[in-house]
Amino acid sequence: MPFIPHTEEDEREMLAAIGAPDIEALFDEIPPQLRVQSLDELPVGLTEFEVMQLMYARARQDGRALCFIGAGAYEHHIPAAVWSTITRGEFYSAYTPYQAEASQGTLQSIYEYQSMMASLTGMQVSNASLYDGATAVAEACLMAVRANRRAKAARILLPRSLHPHYRAVTLTAALNQGLQFETLAYARDGGHVSLEALAAHAAQDFTALVIQQPNFFGVLEDVDALTDWAHAREALVIAVVNPISLALLKPPGEWGAKGADIVVGDGQPLGCPLSSGGPYFGFMTTRMQHVRQMPGRIVGGTVDVDGRPGFSLTLQAREQHIRRAKATSNICTNQGLLMMAGTLYLSLMGAEGLARVAATSMARTEELLRALTAISGVRRIFDQPGFHEAVLSLDRPVAPVLAALAARGIQGGLDLSAYYPELGAALLVCATETKSSADIDAYARALSETLRPARAA
Amino acid sequence: MSEIPPELKYTRSHEWLKTLPDGMVEIGISDHAQQTLGDLVFVELPEPGRSLAAGEACAVVESVKAASDIYAPIAATVVAVNAQLAETPELINQDPYGRGWIMRLKPSAAAAEAGLLSAQDYQLLAAQG
Repeated sequence: MPFIPHTEEDEREMLAAIGAPDIEALFDEIPPQLRVQSLDELPVGLTEFEVMQLMYARARQDGRALCFIGAGAYEHHIPAAVWSTITRGEFYSAYTPYQAEASQGTLQSIYEYQSMMASLTGMQVSNASLYDGATAVAEACLMAVRANRRAKAARILLPRSLHPHYRAVTLTAALNQGLQFETLAYARDGGHVSLEALAAHAAQDFTALVIQQPNFFGVLEDVDALTDWAHAREALVIAVVNPISLALLKPPGEWGAKGADIVVGDGQPLGCPLSSGGPYFGFMTTRMQHVRQMPGRIVGGTVDVDGRPGFSLTLQAREQHIRRAKATSNICTNQGLLMMAGTLYLSLMGAEGLARVAATSMARTEELLRALTAISGVRRIFDQPGFHEAVLSLDRPVAPVLAALAARGIQGGLDLSAYYPELGAALLVCATETKSSADIDAYARALSETLRPARAA
Repeated sequence: MSEIPPELKYTRSHEWLKTLPDGMVEIGISDHAQQTLGDLVFVELPEPGRSLAAGEACAVVESVKAASDIYAPIAATVVAVNAQLAETPELINQDPYGRGWIMRLKPSAAAAEAGLLSAQDYQLLAAQG
């Protein structure tokens, strides 16, 4: 489908039809003091050659460090077929076309994505993806308030062990829409949300409980007990999950007696490179009974006038181009390209491949933890089982240790002191299937040598 | 041409009102409104017992091309909703003034009917599109 921009003649005709002298006149409503008069702050343009030089210099800065940071974005092996396929012209466009049904191939790929995500999470329906994991949590909270009309207060329980970025984005998006949030403490011995932490909220009127599995510390929550506790109080359960972990863990649709109600997360582990923090994609699945409160779009299977199978966008009546201010969301977007990477990754790996990635990542993390905690001054903080990530405590501030490791080409993990000062010198580490025993030995050796001089002194 | 029963009252937002013998008020959307919306696929109903201010959005009718709010024509409390619409929203298309009723309201003490239209006035409004 060619893109043909309008000509100057078209512009003149359109302006004449509405009686405007020029395009500038269309912006009359914006007061002059609110308009940017000049763009002095912008640097001057660069040539293509200069841009390439700049980007090569930036890429050299990134280096090829051995990365043991997880914290919401995970380095997994991505089969070469994923990106060589989606960079084909037919797929390499980020948006669902405006005349969606003319692009049956795009719609079919979204349909396949939805089918796989619904199956992976154990839910009945998936949307066509969201912006990222953090906004997906915000959208899930807003959706829960629309879906659970029993609760009088739009109050959501957020664990402190939820990814701190997800929490911050959720507060930014939802506080001005009248939602209230209460923080659930984590158990200091296990790092999980305990039923005792919930007791304080037992008599409270609340809309939904957010449960991240595994939580930000990599710790596994008692999802069955938490889900049943929330449902007994007629609140909804929002599950925030790592899609890779679902190859080993119980899908949210089977949590407790009734299962979670809304499932969200970041799709990055499925075929998206770390690439300095994004772009990634978010996902959301739910039960049929809540489908009309779900933000975003859905591709449905249908038949044409001759009875031949095809695909169409459905539930559009609640999207913002039709429903305006009353749309199910005015902040959401479908991440077409990254969703496509996820779809290809899942179809290439299959259920068995995904389970092997999850099991190997978990085993590598156990190996890493054994190697690191053998070093004097390093110990695990939480005693609950985890997936492929864990929190370590060091005997000195974390930042200088990480800097020393970085100088040796190792990204040693995430310093938690800014997010969880109560944990002291705490380091979040992760190993996926991409880390070999030699990599783990190299990290352990470097950490041991980094910690030794200070002890000797 | 759409049907506009003369004995009903109407609103500018295309709801109709019927006062029942027990003093309750039944509301739905007009034949003109259902024709304009097209085939309805979903109706979102309020919880019985909810009290409504005049003009408050209290239900949503959704067709394949649009989702539109239903507004409370008067200050009232919801006493009943047409539960059949959950499974068969097309009742509104088939019989907008009968089996396609949406909810029954108990008018609050101070409910004013000011601003409601007669069938004749509504006909003029509907004719303008």
